[in-house]
Amino acid sequence: MRSLGALLIVALALIFLAGNTLYIVHEPEQVIITQFGKPQGKPRTDPNIYVKVPFIQKVNRFDKRWLAWDGDPNQVPTKDKKYIWVDCYARWRIADPLKYFQVVRNETLAQSRLDDIIDGETRNVIASYDLIEVVRATNRTFEVTEELKGLVQTEVGAQIKTGRDQLAREILERAAAITPDFGIELVDVRFKRINYIESVQKKVYERMIAERKRIAEQYRSEGQGKSAEIRGQMERELKKIRSEAYRTAQELRGKADGESTRIYAEAYNRDPSFYAFTRSLQAWEKSLTSDTQMVLTTDAEFLRYMKQPR
Amino acid sequence: MNSGPRRVQTPEIVIQRMSNIPRGFILLAIAGLALLILAFNMFYTVQPEEQAILLRFGGFTGDIYEPGLNWKLPFIDKVYKVPTRRQLKMEFGFRTARAGQRTRYEARDFPEESLMLSGDLNVADVEWIVQYKIGNPYFYKFRVFDVEETFSDMSEAVMRQIVGDHSVDEVITIGRTKVASDAKELLQELCDRYETGIRVEQVVLQDVNPPQPVQASFNEVNESIQERERSINQAWAEYNKAVPRARGEAEQTIRQAEGYALERVNNSQGDASRFLALYAEYRKAPDVTRRRLYLETIERLLPTLDDKIIIDENLKNLLPLLNLGGGDGIKALERGQKGGS
Repeated sequence: MRSLGALLIVALALIFLAGNTLYIVHEPEQVIITQFGKPQGKPRTDPNIYVKVPFIQKVNRFDKRWLAWDGDPNQVPTKDKKYIWVDCYARWRIADPLKYFQVVRNETLAQSRLDDIIDGETRNVIASYDLIEVVRATNRTFEVTEELKGLVQTEVGAQIKTGRDQLAREILERAAAITPDFGIELVDVRFKRINYIESVQKKVYERMIAERKRIAEQYRSEGQGKSAEIRGQMERELKKIRSEAYRTAQELRGKADGESTRIYAEAYNRDPSFYAFTRSLQAWEKSLTSDTQMVLTTDAEFLRYMKQPR
Repeated sequence: MNSGPRRVQTPEIVIQRMSNIPRGFILLAIAGLALLILAFNMFYTVQPEEQAILLRFGGFTGDIYEPGLNWKLPFIDKVYKVPTRRQLKMEFGFRTARAGQRTRYEARDFPEESLMLSGDLNVADVEWIVQYKIGNPYFYKFRVFDVEETFSDMSEAVMRQIVGDHSVDEVITIGRTKVASDAKELLQELCDRYETGIRVEQVVLQDVNPPQPVQASFNEVNESIQERERSINQAWAEYNKAVPRARGEAEQTIRQAEGYALERVNNSQGDASRFLALYAEYRKAPDVTRRRLYLETIERLLPTLDDKIIIDENLKNLLPLLNLGGGDGIKALERGQKGGS
């Protein structure tokens, strides 16, 4: 029974010893071995199982992965004095764990150093460019719907020379020149969010509203103009139709009148006095009605024989 | 152990008890137990939507294991299961509170996520989703710290960059698909560069609007377009109502004139014919015909007149004495022959 207990103790001791001698570097890690705080040999970056001097040497593990840095939004003026919030993110990794270990020691410190560096460079870069350079990446012209054609600007007056991508790259380059001092490799800096500060935003909204109102007004007046045009065209059309009809009608009438005059003249010219005579007779019949009072004297032709029957 | 609540078992008692059991049996039990633990540590199941990767002494073995029962070196290999076949989704500017037949969304908006500057220096409110799959489980697991957060940051940066290169009108209307496809492309590029192991399946724009305070004025534009159409249509309606009618009326006027012309010519021809016929006969006996016509006319005419006065030709002064009814014109036939001879 004693031997069993002893065996157990020895086994435990062995396991303990092995645990302190062998160590595994995992996939996302890199390791620095220190002896009484002093780094020993090269950092181990390949994942595997390794041996160290037990108890005396200590394993310090660092991340090998892409790490995130997410800055706080910064209120920065651009070169053209527009105030914006800029929120950047960056990707970095511990490229030189030894230096990293010596200079910043842990991630919290590293993050705060990155804060200082990237925030500062962001300010510098943003402040030396106009807002449009921060917002746009290319000089592409905007497409415009049929409805808004000619009503909105298709490009912002100023063409960009640098652009968002290049600005971010500039920040990256400036910052990445400093970070190796901390054993850090900075691989990317990007603008996550860019927004107007509140007072500017309000003004921008007002401008947008004014622009839309202008467009709406333009549509309304266009509608009114178009409808007036149509009404005018209608008036013209009506006048044209009516006057043409009148002209044609008058021509027809005139022609007929002429024709009839010719016919009458031709006929009556045979004997104008006879015409006058017969026409007078006709006229009497038409114009003398029952309420006409007629005074006849006896010398009228009709009563010729009344006084002298011979 | 069969330890009762009241019985205090000192180790001596336990060892004494155990020594009663045959030694071989104990060894067998230990071996069995060890085997069981070994088995549990050797075999593992990969679910249908997953793939598995192994780390041996902390290092990636390079193999990817498919769904089913798989085995590994116990204690030495470590298994990581990654749901590579599941489509994952991230929402920006809004959150689904409960998905289902009638999906509910959280009432709260996320303006800090969705408000962004457009290329014409206006502001757009863009909500979008990104659908993605894990394409490379090894990268996804071991190359990037906190992939989800990284991916979310990337999506925001990418969407803002793309929207920053489009006008607010494009983002809201015709540019939607282009914005989405550009964003997808750029996002995938970044994913590859950062070794996230993520495959972007789709970027879908959801609600894309002008910012809340500006929306009313955007609607006003739409209304004004409607208004314009309406007033144009109205004018055309009037046009269409009046013009064809005027054409008809014009036609009527012309036809009437044609009628008049026909009538006029026919009448005159009739009159002429009548006159000529009469004249032909008249010439044969002018005097008598003239007299006949005259007398016949007067004969026809006189009976129709109610009031007739015959005066001797010498009584010239009688006229003022006559009661000339109501001032009606007197049609005096002072000299009957006047029309004739």
